[in-house]
Amino acid sequence: MPETTFLDSTELVLNMGPQHPSTHGVLRVILKLDGEKVNGTECVIGYLHRGVEKIGENRTYQQFAPYVDRMDYVAAVSNGLGYCLAVEKLLNIEAPPRAQATRVILTELNRIASHLLWLGTHALDIGAITPVFYCFREREEVLKIFENYCGARLTTHAFRIGGLQYELYDGFEKQVNDFCDMFLPKVEEYEELLTNNRIWVNRLKGVGILNGDECKEYGVTGPVLRAAGVKWDLRKAQPYSGYEQYDFEIPTGENGDTYDRYLVRMEEMRQSVRIIRQATAKIPAGPIGKTPKVIKPPTGEAYVSIEAPKGELGYFIVSDNSTQPYRVRVRPPSFVNLQALDRMVRGGLIADVVAIIGTLDIVLGEVDR
Amino acid sequence: MRKFLKTIFLIDLIQGLWVTFRNQNPKYIYTEQYPADRPKVAERYRGAPRLNINPDNGETLCIACNLCALACPENLIVVGSERNEQTRRKELTYFTYDLSRCMFCGLCEDACPVDALELTQDFELATYTRDGLIWDRQMLEEGPQPTQYKC
Repeated sequence: MPETTFLDSTELVLNMGPQHPSTHGVLRVILKLDGEKVNGTECVIGYLHRGVEKIGENRTYQQFAPYVDRMDYVAAVSNGLGYCLAVEKLLNIEAPPRAQATRVILTELNRIASHLLWLGTHALDIGAITPVFYCFREREEVLKIFENYCGARLTTHAFRIGGLQYELYDGFEKQVNDFCDMFLPKVEEYEELLTNNRIWVNRLKGVGILNGDECKEYGVTGPVLRAAGVKWDLRKAQPYSGYEQYDFEIPTGENGDTYDRYLVRMEEMRQSVRIIRQATAKIPAGPIGKTPKVIKPPTGEAYVSIEAPKGELGYFIVSDNSTQPYRVRVRPPSFVNLQALDRMVRGGLIADVVAIIGTLDIVLGEVDR
Repeated sequence: MRKFLKTIFLIDLIQGLWVTFRNQNPKYIYTEQYPADRPKVAERYRGAPRLNINPDNGETLCIACNLCALACPENLIVVGSERNEQTRRKELTYFTYDLSRCMFCGLCEDACPVDALELTQDFELATYTRDGLIWDRQMLEEGPQPTQYKC
């Protein structure tokens, strides 16, 4: 072993997590440090592994639906939509228009709820305590709509294969529109708090840059990809559930840094409100669809991906003509986005690691599944 | 020059603080004072299960068809039935519902053909023991009786 002097620096290996609050759950990051500078990271995942994909093989198609809500538990409705669309593709059926419009409204509300939770916790990680209270206050209104509609706030189980279980309740449109009216000024309020705040700008600008090509190489999707200037949104690229009827923009950033990702997500919330307004204005009348009593899809496989709040959420289901799936594979956006952490963090400071984990918007329930 | 003055006078921070002060008005209080004020949950809320009884004659509505037990993803419902020799019909003998594994997905409720099993608006399900979460037929018919404290 060579003689080390006081002035030499050696690499320090530091464990961050799995109990660290800013890792948003149970992510463990092994940091290789040179002083404050991060020379490399290694993510250790699996602390929240529940074997959801394996559970899927032992449940019937209807029975597996509540479990997918528990993967990305802050955007349970999106998960449910992806799963239902995948099984519907296997069965070669489509939900009726009324069910599709309702699905769009609820998933967009869920996108707002998910982004609000992201904004609150991300700001909390950076050190801004105030936004988290305001974000949760507005998120509560979304959750009340979910509770009124399907009886649960977080793990909603809102959709069923082939349509919906619950008819819209009286005053649904009004409650949703009231929320939209109330919500847009609140987004301005968050922007007022953060966008020009010098601490916020200094902490985020130029941190965790990931350009468009790197995003594509890593397979990163969602707001992280769009902030790098790539105009890619599955709602536009391969519309599902009737998204082609709605008029909305895909917000993009330029630099692909943490600040741009913040701006993209803020704009996405406004666009979601736009979609919700269009959808509630014309919910078609008609049936809401009926779940088949026994689901026995023909032998084959189907892959359906949707634009979840965090990126591309895909379900790959293999059927062997029985009531239970032969194999369910989930492509979770958080898991794929987390890969880029090392690239984004390298060369930065420890404090930036916290900001970057926050900006990736990972949910460990989905990473580990 | 303008930017310089803005930096000197901390305009960006004051702007943010103004939002905070605006929200300090006491009319913007959202905290619920549980348990003094009990929340009113939605009509469709999926809470504690209940086995409905016919209000006219006090008999159970359950026909012991076992569909809820088959629908349950967690296999936590056990339905016991016995063939009544006189009427040639199945009658419910016992009904066990393991709430400790329940995820309140509502599939049992959907499966019930006679609306006997229902997830209700009761949400206070805490007990001191694990056994307390395994509900038998009597518990399911009566519903939970949480202690209500006066504040």
